[in-house]
Amino acid sequence: MKHRPILDVSHLPSYGYGPASPIWWGTLGFIVLESTGFLLAAGTYLYLAAVNPDWPLATPPPGLLWSTLILAVLLASLWPNRMAKQDAEQEDLGRTRRNLLVMSAVGLVLIGIRFLEFTTLNVRWDQNAYGSILWAILGLHTLHIITDVGDTLVLTALMFTRHGHGKRFSDVSDNAFYWDFVVASWVPLYVLIQGGPRLWPGG
Amino acid sequence: MADAEVRRRLAATWGTGAGLWDRLTTVDHKIVGRRYILTAFLFLGLAGLSAVAMRLQLARPESRLIGPDLYNQLFTMHGTTMMFLFAVPVMEAFGVYLVPLMLGTRNIAFPRLNAFSYWVYLFGGLMIWFAFMLNVGADAGWFAYVPLAGPEYSPGKRVDFWAQMITFTEVSAQAVAVEIIVTTLKQRAPGMSLDRIPLFVWSMLVTSVMICLAMPAVMLASTFLIMDRLIGTQFFNPAEGGQPLLWQHLFWFFGHPEVYIIFLPATGMVSQIVVAFSRRPAFGYLALVLALVSVGFLSFGLWVHHMFATGLPQLGASFFTASSMLIGIPNGLQIFCWIATLWTGRPVFATPLLFVLGFFFIFVAGGLSGLMLASVPLDFQLHDSYFVVAHFHYVLIGGAVFPLLGAIYYWFPKITGRMMSERAGRWHFALAFLGFNLAFFPMHVLGLQGMPRRVYTYLPETGWGSLNLLVSFGALLFALSFVVLAANAVAAVRRGALAGPNPWGVGTLEWATGSPPPAYNFERIPVVTHREPLWAERESLPVVVGLAVDDREVVATSPVEAKASLREMSPEPSIWPLLSAIATTIAFIGSIFTPWAVVWGGAIVAVALIGWFWPKGSREDER
Ligand code: HEM
Ligand SMILES: [Cu+2]
Repeated sequence: MKHRPILDVSHLPSYGYGPASPIWWGTLGFIVLESTGFLLAAGTYLYLAAVNPDWPLATPPPGLLWSTLILAVLLASLWPNRMAKQDAEQEDLGRTRRNLLVMSAVGLVLIGIRFLEFTTLNVRWDQNAYGSILWAILGLHTLHIITDVGDTLVLTALMFTRHGHGKRFSDVSDNAFYWDFVVASWVPLYVLIQGGPRLWPGG
Repeated sequence: MADAEVRRRLAATWGTGAGLWDRLTTVDHKIVGRRYILTAFLFLGLAGLSAVAMRLQLARPESRLIGPDLYNQLFTMHGTTMMFLFAVPVMEAFGVYLVPLMLGTRNIAFPRLNAFSYWVYLFGGLMIWFAFMLNVGADAGWFAYVPLAGPEYSPGKRVDFWAQMITFTEVSAQAVAVEIIVTTLKQRAPGMSLDRIPLFVWSMLVTSVMICLAMPAVMLASTFLIMDRLIGTQFFNPAEGGQPLLWQHLFWFFGHPEVYIIFLPATGMVSQIVVAFSRRPAFGYLALVLALVSVGFLSFGLWVHHMFATGLPQLGASFFTASSMLIGIPNGLQIFCWIATLWTGRPVFATPLLFVLGFFFIFVAGGLSGLMLASVPLDFQLHDSYFVVAHFHYVLIGGAVFPLLGAIYYWFPKITGRMMSERAGRWHFALAFLGFNLAFFPMHVLGLQGMPRRVYTYLPETGWGSLNLLVSFGALLFALSFVVLAANAVAAVRRGALAGPNPWGVGTLEWATGSPPPAYNFERIPVVTHREPLWAERESLPVVVGLAVDDREVVATSPVEAKASLREMSPEPSIWPLLSAIATTIAFIGSIFTPWAVVWGGAIVAVALIGWFWPKGSREDER
């Protein structure tokens, strides 16, 4: 069939930010997937709590200290994360490098604290169903932090090479978007695993 | 630039060479899609052979062909392979091949992820079949109910292989779902607003969203299961506060939508075929789209009907009965729209349409037996009888396999450039229809007579012998029909008539390019002005200019109106998706034997992923 040119796209940019960028949608897709996973894990927790008259199954609630510290650091990280996103969208290489270094450090610290948190759960994963789901939820979220921090580290390294321009800024912005989700997902999970055993009737 | 020069340079930019390395590194959605389709059919063959073996055993009472242990493995491998390695993957595979072409773009979104998904699927499927050949085949049923599948009653590695196979297929299915969603939302040809998306693409979009919401459930379930088995967690162990029913909830939260995940793409295929062969646009396009979306929604409310026999509270059960019946409404609406399209068009009864008519008949029959099962008292009666086996094969084969067979005849010329034989197609249809009904209709009767499912034999006194013989004969006939299909396909590839770009004279964009499509899909990206672009624009096709020919550029568009907004770079071929898939496979299989594989396996996966994402001096970097 013959062609009839009616639209010239040569002036269009080669990358964009937020919903303009396909990767942003891909990230959103994975966020939906993972949220479903978290919701179902939380649902499992509540289900097990509901079918067992004594929750948390005659074990003490998990320690508050490290868990809460994680919450605090995660919430505090929202601010540098915001900066990382903004500066990336301004395509300011110097600030983007600095922000990424900060976020990498925050991530590594968080992973460290998380390992301490695992030592204060007061229950082993194989002790009972409560221990199992507690460890599983924490494990899921830890996997989440680790993958995102890994991503941040690679991006940081990338921005210090000759690749640090153009579309990479859009990657930094999407990485920041994903981090917001890592933070957002911890809040309800924190409430669940800390509040659950303390507030559950008969707990 | 002259057209021939444009084509030459586009081919150099997008083409995949013929060497082994090119084959292993390709990110062309058509090559990956074709592989995916063929692999899914390989698994269909294996699952079909196990079904035939079961039916040979059941043909006579007290047959000694196959013992109970092997029989357990056979029905588990059959169900597992059909559901996880054939039905869902084959639909996604058609999506991988067709969606970018139907949307008028040059490649799928995230093509490397796409290559990775395929490899993961292949390795996961091969793994469980190798396990079967090494006599560690899964044997706890395709739903692997605990406690039967738990550490106590299923020692050894059989169920572990099963659980890891789940992880593989779900990783792959979810990645492909995200690719299809993003391709559909962001890479449609300019002008293809939401109300101009082809119905098959709509069905794949809804299906993909459902996959994102349903599959994490089974992944979580299988992870809990394998942890109970390997590291002593207590999710399903009632002695330590666990709950076997938890398994069923998680499994059916996935398993019920799964049926619609298989069925919805099939309805998308039916819509395309009905439109193509009645030669008029779909009657009730909007209604068809709304039906797709509402089936997607409703399918999540219904999983509990698989658990009527588990003693749930009565009110809940009535609610679920009602909502099970509710889903009949959008399904009925779709059927009405198709019939209206045929009625008001000038239908040509070519082979694809024959399979659609077969689908109407079988699927409606399956729907009726489904309504019977959705009523709680009847379900108590018929639970785990052959009536259920008849029902779900009517729904699955009628609802998915028949449309799929129609789709093969319909899109074969596009994919291979050659026409299949109509004559052989008709023989195939006749054999399949007859064989299917002979194989599965008598099962209703056997079920009503009390024959339970998942038994490897029965006594002569039951009087079930003659019907079972008939069933087995029908199954062989049905299997034979696939031989006709295979012969037809092979002959067509060798010496079928050349198809040309648009042999059926259809209106959607995949027919606007050569058959088989060139590596770059379209010489120029089309601009869409109507729902059936090729019917609306008969003289010349409106197109985009200004896209690079020496770079892998695709047009990114806005999600609702499909306004062109970016010229995105599509990734180059890479070996890393394959290496990542191998690393993932090593990690997962290792984890069956030692929990430490999660740690060292994770490390090699991380290395592979870094290799994948590290840019290799693309042209963008040189500028
Ligand atoms: C050649 C055509 C087929 C034949 C002859 C066949 C036959 C059978 C037989 C004999 C069983 C075992 C019933 C029992 O003992 O409980 C079975 C189970 C099953 N079939 Fe098929 N089948 C065919 C195609 C399919 C297809 C296309 C699908 C799905 C897309 C499918 C899905 C299943 C499932 C999920 C089960 C349940 C397995 C279990 O109980 O664990 N089958 N089939
Ligand atoms: Cu169901």
